[in-house]
Amino acid sequence: MEVNMTRVRPYGDTLDDGYMQLSFTLPVQCNAEARKAAELLAEKMGLEDVKVVYSHNIADIFSFFVVYGRCIHSVDMTAIEIPKVDADFMSYQEINGFIEKHIARRIVVVAACTGTDAHTVGIDAIINMKGYRGEYGLERYPWFTTYNLGSQVPNEDLLAKAIQVNADAILVSQVVTQRNIHIDNLTHLAELVEAEGIRDKVLLIMGGPRISHELAIELGYDAGFGPGTLPSHVGSFIAQALARTMRNSGEQARGVYP
Amino acid sequence: MMRLDIDMTLVDRARSAAGRIADGIQPTIDAYTTTSIERTVLRLLGLNGVDENDVPLPNIVVDQAQAAGLLEDGIAYWIGSAMLHQGLSLSEIANALAREEVSFDRIPRSDHDTVRRVIEHEATRVCSYIKGRRLQRERLIVGSNSSTPPYLYVIVATGNIYEDVIQAKAAAKCGADIIAVIRSTGQSLLDYVPYGPTTEGFGGTYATQANFRIMREALDAVGRECGRYIRLVNYCSGLCMPEIATMGALERLDMMLNDAMYGILFRNINMQRTFIDQHFSRMINAYAGVVINTGEDNYLTTSDAYQEAHTVLASQFINEALALRSGLTPWQIGLGHAYEMDPDMTDGFLYELAQAEMARIIFPEAPLKYMPPTKHMTGNIFKGHLMDAMFNLAGVISGQTIQLLGILTEHVHTPHLQDRYLAIENAKYIMNNARHLRQEITYKKDGIMEKRANEVLAKATSMLEQVAAISLMSAIEDGMFASVKRERTGGRGLDGVIRKSEKYYNPFPEMFMQELTSLDFSPVLWGDPVKGQGRGSEQWK
Repeated sequence: MEVNMTRVRPYGDTLDDGYMQLSFTLPVQCNAEARKAAELLAEKMGLEDVKVVYSHNIADIFSFFVVYGRCIHSVDMTAIEIPKVDADFMSYQEINGFIEKHIARRIVVVAACTGTDAHTVGIDAIINMKGYRGEYGLERYPWFTTYNLGSQVPNEDLLAKAIQVNADAILVSQVVTQRNIHIDNLTHLAELVEAEGIRDKVLLIMGGPRISHELAIELGYDAGFGPGTLPSHVGSFIAQALARTMRNSGEQARGVYP
Repeated sequence: MMRLDIDMTLVDRARSAAGRIADGIQPTIDAYTTTSIERTVLRLLGLNGVDENDVPLPNIVVDQAQAAGLLEDGIAYWIGSAMLHQGLSLSEIANALAREEVSFDRIPRSDHDTVRRVIEHEATRVCSYIKGRRLQRERLIVGSNSSTPPYLYVIVATGNIYEDVIQAKAAAKCGADIIAVIRSTGQSLLDYVPYGPTTEGFGGTYATQANFRIMREALDAVGRECGRYIRLVNYCSGLCMPEIATMGALERLDMMLNDAMYGILFRNINMQRTFIDQHFSRMINAYAGVVINTGEDNYLTTSDAYQEAHTVLASQFINEALALRSGLTPWQIGLGHAYEMDPDMTDGFLYELAQAEMARIIFPEAPLKYMPPTKHMTGNIFKGHLMDAMFNLAGVISGQTIQLLGILTEHVHTPHLQDRYLAIENAKYIMNNARHLRQEITYKKDGIMEKRANEVLAKATSMLEQVAAISLMSAIEDGMFASVKRERTGGRGLDGVIRKSEKYYNPFPEMFMQELTSLDFSPVLWGDPVKGQGRGSEQWK
């Protein structure tokens, strides 16, 4: 199959047929006019040969649709650049070995789910002893000292703890993203860290199901980790980034970072 | 006939250990009151409203009494004294306190019996009002076409109560039996209840009495249209447990999330505060005919559902024991559990079904609340919809009473309108299609499921006996639940725990318990007796 990377289109049944499926609801009664409206809407979205394959009345004032159509658009994938977390992912053993060799002291990490967010699933998976998907959390790593402050922690408290324990990295988890509350909260934390004058002394890392590295960079963080992240991913990044900082600042480290 | 042959001697041992655990905590509950309990007393006596800075009047009164060191006698005593001394009504006193025209240190002690007469007059009025609300619910249920359990429970969570109403009505018309309005994230840690209708919230809508009333009216209206009674749920948890129970009792909510340990483990609320608050809040729920829902599903969001299944069962036993001691009857105790095992696990469905059947057998009268997959939902909405279907099948086979419907977009966003419609359609299809499967099947003797159920039961029993031996508070300090460790004096809200004086006065526990234990206390119907669906799980026996 020869895919033209400058003109990538959806694949339904044959290359470049452009088939897409979508479903949505319109706040109108379900009738022939509503089905036509769904079709027109799909056409405006750039679909052709639109077929409204299913429509259903919800509570007499809404209509639900399943729609197929062929997308007239394509994308040039050769022009896409995605910022990625700059780290070679290592295993539990490798990370501990790396820290012992290049940093030669325990890395201190402070973590929390801040603001009003009460969902600790993400931060617990990364930090807590038990970890996630059969991988230990950073708490279990002999070369990490971790403080998981839990949920609904004010940004100020997280920062105060980071200063108190001289943290190398601050991990902040955000799960609730309704009306972009996480953006406000993450921005607020970055501003606080900046205002305290410790931005260059600490790695600022965000994580959560709706978090990307791109967002992290945009908000002035060092890294962002999305769904599927394992503790070793975060551990690898922190260890390598810290080693790099230490090397750049000439701080005493036993080994030489490659 | 027993569906799964489980060891009933172990069940008895577990239940008796849970009883000892609950008895062990009772002296703490009896010796203390809390600021939220005292605010509840004021709310029950009819105080509502806020001052010009939106501070609720119950908070103003209780904070001033606490600052004056008077709460140990009970706010009912001091507010009664103030009413007698000033010749003002409760709300006039509260407003005068707010404007600093009256202060507690200028109120002399009044004669206890005189105070009691004044307060009990008001207390009797609210009791009969709540009883009236309860009877109203019974009439509405009997007069409508009740669905067959499992009852379909969906959530709305827009943040705006008026938008919630639109979505709740749409869900009811699609076939939902129960509507829960999810609270704004963070409300559990507020040491007051917000006031008035609200249109801004995060991940949910604030629980306020006005919001309760708006949704109640909307559900009654849509219920009349559909010919069914639509039940309303909110959250009686956090730092204001008993206050929210009161608001629910006054506004005829039907169910309340009301777990004895959830706040301690998952919200880091002080354990003494929580145990004391949960007792009074459950008493109010008992009196109002509310079905409580416990939160065992939460254990499985932080722990592995297969490995830690016994902690769910152990917590169910503890919740049951504490609930019974608060005056709730078994049909009001909606014990929670969840379908949260890793979908990649071979025979995972068998283990889930074993757990659900076991709960059904051990708590035969409880309107069990079954929670859907959330932890292993990924954003692959197609697989998610299938997982929800398997969950619905497990629910109908094992005879659950309350089925909190899984939503295919779990992990993506709070449910959109169409997500809820698809969830209800999924459940209706499966539960209708397999309606009587339960009556047709028996499980293999000594099979995978029977062994699994007995193994979980044995582990839960030994855990409960261990907890009973060291006391519940010590067990929580040791991290025996959900792998979370909490200190007895740690967490939020300890500053609101006050040791009662010998003269402590709160008229309500006695008034509630007297009626709750009397034989002519009319039971609130769960289901429809006319159509033979009975209360609790009768139809499953």
